[in-house]
Amino acid sequence: MNKKSIYLDYNATTPLRAEPLDAMRPYLSDVFGNASSMHVFGQQARKGLEDARQAVARCVNAQKPGEIIFTGCGTESDNMAIKSVARANKARGNHIITSSIEHHAVLATCEYMRSEGFQVTVLPVDSSGRVSPLEVKRNIQPSTILVSIMHANNEVGVIQPVAEIGKIIAGENDSRAAAGRGQVLFHTDAVQTAGKIPIDVQAMGVDLLSLSAHKFYGPKGVGALYIKRGTVIEPLLHGGHHEANLRAGTENVAGIVGMAAALELAVAEQQAEQARLLALRQKLENGIMSSIPSVYVNGHSLERLAGTLSVSFEFIEGESLLLSLDLKGIAASTGSACASGTSEPSHVLSAMGVPPECAQGALRFSLGRGTTEKDIDYVLETLPPVVDRLRRMSPLWKQNPV
Amino acid sequence: MNPNFALGSRNSSNDAGLFLPKKGSTVDNATLSLFSSKNSRPRSPRFSRPNAKVGMNPKLCIVRNNVPKVVVGMSGGVDSSVAAALLKEGGYDVAGVTLRLWHAGDDRGRPGGCCSMDDIADARRVCHHLGIRHYVLDFGSRFEETVVADFVREYLRGHTPNPCIVCNQFIKFGLLMEKAQAMGFDLMATGHYARIEKRGETSVLAKAKDALKDQSYVLYRLTSGQLERLIFPLGEYTKAEVRDIARRLALPAAEKPESQEICFVPDDYASFLRAYLPDFDRKVRPGAIVDVNGAIVGKHKGLAFYTIGQRKGLGLSSPEPLYVIALDPAKNEVVVGGKEKVYSSKMPVETLSWAEGKTPELPLKCMVKIRRMHKEASALISPAGAGVLVEFDKPQMAITAGQSAVFYENNHVLGGGIISDKHTGKA
Repeated sequence: MNKKSIYLDYNATTPLRAEPLDAMRPYLSDVFGNASSMHVFGQQARKGLEDARQAVARCVNAQKPGEIIFTGCGTESDNMAIKSVARANKARGNHIITSSIEHHAVLATCEYMRSEGFQVTVLPVDSSGRVSPLEVKRNIQPSTILVSIMHANNEVGVIQPVAEIGKIIAGENDSRAAAGRGQVLFHTDAVQTAGKIPIDVQAMGVDLLSLSAHKFYGPKGVGALYIKRGTVIEPLLHGGHHEANLRAGTENVAGIVGMAAALELAVAEQQAEQARLLALRQKLENGIMSSIPSVYVNGHSLERLAGTLSVSFEFIEGESLLLSLDLKGIAASTGSACASGTSEPSHVLSAMGVPPECAQGALRFSLGRGTTEKDIDYVLETLPPVVDRLRRMSPLWKQNPV
Repeated sequence: MNPNFALGSRNSSNDAGLFLPKKGSTVDNATLSLFSSKNSRPRSPRFSRPNAKVGMNPKLCIVRNNVPKVVVGMSGGVDSSVAAALLKEGGYDVAGVTLRLWHAGDDRGRPGGCCSMDDIADARRVCHHLGIRHYVLDFGSRFEETVVADFVREYLRGHTPNPCIVCNQFIKFGLLMEKAQAMGFDLMATGHYARIEKRGETSVLAKAKDALKDQSYVLYRLTSGQLERLIFPLGEYTKAEVRDIARRLALPAAEKPESQEICFVPDDYASFLRAYLPDFDRKVRPGAIVDVNGAIVGKHKGLAFYTIGQRKGLGLSSPEPLYVIALDPAKNEVVVGGKEKVYSSKMPVETLSWAEGKTPELPLKCMVKIRRMHKEASALISPAGAGVLVEFDKPQMAITAGQSAVFYENNHVLGGGIISDKHTGKA
């Protein structure tokens, strides 16, 4: 094994920070009560749970803490936002709008909803990876009940015009209200953005917003769903009266407390940390572009998360590059960790019109709190010879030498 | 601050001696933590150990600046698991790789076999146990395009293919080896039972110590160039010894049963073909069973259901037992004959592969093996068209087109090729 281990896959997951771990500790042992119990043990746990709910609500600018419900992960939040809203509003419409670059947690769920009789429109994106708000407007039909567009994409980091889409939906809802018809609900998957860019559910005009703790240095196994007050929704999990009757199951209090502590910390440090990461990513991006020929950066050049860099290396397979770098102690990704292990090109890059041969050669670096300038130097030193070696072995490269 | 990958050391008190069957030997089980940076410096290779059977290729014994990086093809079974363990003990920088070749029960409803998620999980568990990295590569579509396609094509032509040989040539020692090189590995290893020996300057493939397990037959298409970059750690061990090592190391695969013969064929090949081919009934049609004189003696279910030498299941009544002696795809006929007709002494062999990369001086007297379980027999090989003609000293039973003929000299593989049906010398 190499001595060096440089982790550049923070979009896949992040390590738990010390502060949330400390915050969680009492709830893993002494404060073990079931938050639904009436006795003092339960009440202590309940306090941790409700404080956490308040903190998360504050971080996303929700009006009431009760608008936050805790779930088991980001995928569960997405599933609930789509299935539970669609099912509860089925009487007034069966049309869902989403985009072609969503995480599988949204795309696969929408696909599944077709089997329940829903119609799904999957909006295209432009070559920079952005959904056009006008496309959303054009595709809203009288039967539309839900729009789900992610806040920023996990593979390329492109930030979507969520607030603009929110305004369009608000406009549609105004005219629907005047006509006495039900509303279009708006969900956004903010799993990749929480703690990285400001989230304000009111300014964004969303009714539902998904979060996942392990993406912002919280524990794995905890997610949250913001549900605007008054949203018609039914539970996904049935059972006890937990989480305002919306999510049955004994609350993972320690995880939830850890999630809140991590989110508060990330939001507090957001500006400074993202500025630091942006400088590092630009160094990485510029370094790669200047030292390796036939390389393309995927995704919008400005509207992109500071820590995410998706690059396509022509004539090589991203997987070979990923594995070669792993042997050199650099951990990156070819796309979503949830989609790895298959050799299909990324649905995100395909949707952006990246030709398959470039999509195959894509690698994602995602930077985070542990990333240092030395790490970037090491990558810039290691990457060119590896790419060169792989290209020399590639039959395509031999036909198209630069 | 990097996330800490250490899984923590395992406290197994297993002090297994890998190379010495007795206790008190060398495996340091305290260092089995995965990716830990503390103990990441590999112990110096022990190639000089007289009983270190791993470093067979003297080339590998050169201690480079870096310890050689070797990737082990792991199926999740006991053999490849022990191969990885031996290499790790031998001081190599080892990683495991498992191929996804056939996705049983996927959306196409394919018939199932090995390489299942269970096997991948088993291989991963072994790697975690050994504290080495593990990668899963999806070669499913290439496997289907090469191995499965050839398998189907051959059966439809009335041949009896050996898909393991095709897989070894194009997938395991083709694609995977390329990929391993691309990833930056110096060497590749598998759990095959075979040896690599030096003959002058070139590396040659030789039979394994365990004659019963010897797999040199299915590896005969390896060239000396490939052999230079390969290690077969099990070549010097018997299967029993391998199981012992697995047990001593408490490898999760220690008690796993032997795998099936053809990994993607769950039961018999005919039901596989029926399930796999949407137009099976059009391609595999019933026809006549004829005797050597062309007289119809019965009906067959389709050529793909028969192999040369087959006696059972023909549904014929005859004073003497009748055997399948030929399959004629042009006429869609199964030809049967008496026992003596199953034997022949001549066969054309094509699509040759020679160990040294070029055809040796012919004619050549050597031992020839015509299927995996065949006991090789003495024969003379002489040039014939694009291939060779093999003439056995004594007639051999059921020479079967599509199977490979492998040529041996003193336990070394000289080369081999695929038995053709142009004429099998039955006349």
